[in-house]
Amino acid sequence: MIGNQTGKPVNRVDGRLKVTGGAKYAAEFTAPNMAYGFVVNSKIAKGKIKSIDTSKALALDGVLEVFTHENRPGYVWGDKNYQDKDSPPGSPFRPLYDNEVQFSMQPIALVVAETYELARYGAILVEVEYENYSFDTDFEKNIKQAYIPEKYKSSKPPEPWGNPDEALANAAVKIEAEYSHPSEHHNPIEMHASLAIWEEGGKLTVYDKIQGVQNSQQYIANAFGMQQEDVHVISPFVGGAFGSGLRPQYQLFLAVLAARELKRPVKVVLTRQQMFSFGHRPKTVQKFALGADTDGKLKAVQHDAFGETSKFEDYSENVVIWPGVLYNCDNVKVSHKLVALDVYTPLDMRAPGGTTGIYGLECAIDELAYKAGVDPLEFRKMNYSEKDQNEGKPFSSKELRECYRQGAEKFGWEKRSLEPRSMKEGHNLIGWGFAQGAWEATQKQAAAKAVLTTDGKLTVSCATADIGTGTYTVMSQIAAETVGLPLEDVTFKLGDSSLPKSPLQGGSWTVSSVGSAVKLVCDKVREKLLQLAQQVANSPLANATLDDVNIEDGKISLKNDPAKAVTIKEALVQSQGKSIEENVSSEPVEGQQKYSPYAHSATFVEVKVDEDLGTVKVTRVVSAIAGGRIINPKTARSQILGGVVWGIGAAMEEETVMDNNLGRFMNHDLDKYHVPVNADVHDIEVIFVEEKDDHVNPLGAKGLGEIGIVSVAPAIANAIFHATGKRVRELPITLDKLL
Amino acid sequence: MATYKLQINGRTYEADVEPDTPLLWVLRDNLGLVGTKFGCGIAQCGACTVHVNGNAMRSCVYPVSAVGNSKITTIEGLSADGDHPVQLAWDEVDVAQCGYCQAGQIMTASALLNRNPKPSAEEIDNAMHGNICRCGTYHRIREAVALAATKTK
Repeated sequence: MIGNQTGKPVNRVDGRLKVTGGAKYAAEFTAPNMAYGFVVNSKIAKGKIKSIDTSKALALDGVLEVFTHENRPGYVWGDKNYQDKDSPPGSPFRPLYDNEVQFSMQPIALVVAETYELARYGAILVEVEYENYSFDTDFEKNIKQAYIPEKYKSSKPPEPWGNPDEALANAAVKIEAEYSHPSEHHNPIEMHASLAIWEEGGKLTVYDKIQGVQNSQQYIANAFGMQQEDVHVISPFVGGAFGSGLRPQYQLFLAVLAARELKRPVKVVLTRQQMFSFGHRPKTVQKFALGADTDGKLKAVQHDAFGETSKFEDYSENVVIWPGVLYNCDNVKVSHKLVALDVYTPLDMRAPGGTTGIYGLECAIDELAYKAGVDPLEFRKMNYSEKDQNEGKPFSSKELRECYRQGAEKFGWEKRSLEPRSMKEGHNLIGWGFAQGAWEATQKQAAAKAVLTTDGKLTVSCATADIGTGTYTVMSQIAAETVGLPLEDVTFKLGDSSLPKSPLQGGSWTVSSVGSAVKLVCDKVREKLLQLAQQVANSPLANATLDDVNIEDGKISLKNDPAKAVTIKEALVQSQGKSIEENVSSEPVEGQQKYSPYAHSATFVEVKVDEDLGTVKVTRVVSAIAGGRIINPKTARSQILGGVVWGIGAAMEEETVMDNNLGRFMNHDLDKYHVPVNADVHDIEVIFVEEKDDHVNPLGAKGLGEIGIVSVAPAIANAIFHATGKRVRELPITLDKLL
Repeated sequence: MATYKLQINGRTYEADVEPDTPLLWVLRDNLGLVGTKFGCGIAQCGACTVHVNGNAMRSCVYPVSAVGNSKITTIEGLSADGDHPVQLAWDEVDVAQCGYCQAGQIMTASALLNRNPKPSAEEIDNAMHGNICRCGTYHRIREAVALAATKTK
């Protein structure tokens, strides 16, 4: 659907700032008389700090203070005050709370100095004596102690239906398989950073790297016993986050603490190594038992997940909801247990749970399809879910069949032979793999404000974020189209806690939630504009209703006689110099709860595997997406391409390796933690199929930040099986596992 | 500490820093030229790429004492109005998502086109292979360099 603004592939409105070096990120703000903080991290994984000697650091000329658990001021230290909008159930980590070490690289001191170099040097001089305790960081060893949490952060796993045990026992075709993926770190290229500026009268301004400024605002207010209105958090640009900025991180707390104590601005920027000292995608093991009849009809699913968490919070993700979303099956049982380790609590990372659960499920289904002798895409068609079985609700829309059709055609799937190792080119084995995916299309409560000034310029605002998703751009498009202005007359403001209330930017819900609020507030501006236009002397619109008029290109005109029109500027003259100002709070649309809203994907992958060396090249990917209405095809494509690249990383490269002798992640830099690079990325095609959705939200758009990744890693793993005949059930699929 | 006179973006800047200070830190912390980014500090990600006499260099491991009279260009000085063919192509193809690594990508790409105005697909890949982008913009980087090459005189 193409409106006069939405549906158009317009350039990113903040694109120029991003290609000229003009976009400023958290660490790039400064303040007069600013001091620098450098964090000292624990060298042990678990124990107590017996002593911490800061005297050598303090003796340096220019070191202002070293904050530790011994001298930290007495603010509000109850753990509930440290909970934020993305906290799992449990007791959140409190920096410098006491002498207890709960995980390796835990922040245990902050050295504050006149320069960054001095603070860093001072940090080296802090001497710590530890009492070591034994620790649990070995996932495999601790899986026996896996438990069902009192409360899930994610949805509670659905209750079983049908008779899965009996159906499995009687199934003609069966597979049992265990899939796992390792811990992974988000690694945005921008470091986490905060600049805290303490102001006269006890007010605080903070520049922070965060996916929701109001989350930082609330966290600071609670943790420091301040009024929310005295805390102002600003974050206009975020240099990637992928979930790492959902929770306020410890550099924020430490910067605020130091600024408040020293009464001067303090900036704390983490190093790349320290970026591995907080949340990560949890290592997860999934066990499957699947049964089908000889025709390939799915008869039974058993899916049991074991996910890593910390000892102090119960982190969980939606790993086991996917059989009920993606397949039609009469007998299903699932479970999700946690394995608590002495690590920092895992943290949502792009498509948390989906990336994990769909990977395991889609590989296991591929195994079952092979065992039944059915083409993997055909198998999905035969077991297509017409409703969400977990919830017993119809989908708000689901054009996944169209994704199959268009994706298969573009890819040339019909030319595929079922047999593994059947395609070869020189010493390369060629494999074609398929997987499907889904991701929630949730709408949250959000507010927005619109101001249309008498010169015809519109400013719309909401305290959301743009972590690279395109929020600035698509919100401007929605506002411009609704009010009927050219895009250049519209400004969208975000990343400021004083703006109207926003949910966190995550979960692919920003377009759905904030976009609906923007649409609503702009509809109100429209109403006001028509009223003003009707006050113009001899107005041709005097008897018109909103349904009778078009507002576009700066004009309000009658639909059935476009020559009869009033310009927006003429209408605004009637307001006697006053701007039109509207505020709204937008709630999820009525009737939405009758439906299950999901975006869907179908991913087709070609790999070439060098038979002698085991090297894998992902030579072609076709990603077909049913994501509802596409507001901007250009930024939308970018989101899906990025998701595909993330899938390549998960399948082939990404792994944070735990050294169980030290209880520490070993490969904590960009040399040893491998993310996809240019050479990993070859031909990728993105298809958006037409999908109309009247139930999901007023825009009919589903959000695209996560649907692009979920089915990529399994499609690659399945393609590698097709190429080699070898089923690798452990990510990442590195060459040693193929030789 | 020593005083260095640096030729950056056609201007002379002065910085009073230790000789082994990486050029990146001088740019960002001393001179306020924050368009060039820190990403890893070990020359692995390319976010800190600047031009030294027209060649793409990693400023995070380039000591300020080695700069001498070399002409430094940062993203702020690549063009007067942000209208370098690479910048225009980047905008048109929607390369940047979060934008953080893009100064480094653009400086690498523009250095390539300086020495090789019509690169092949393989030459583009070889030139761009050392710049990491976590948003995964690689596909569009390739498209944009090829587009910029058609517009480079």
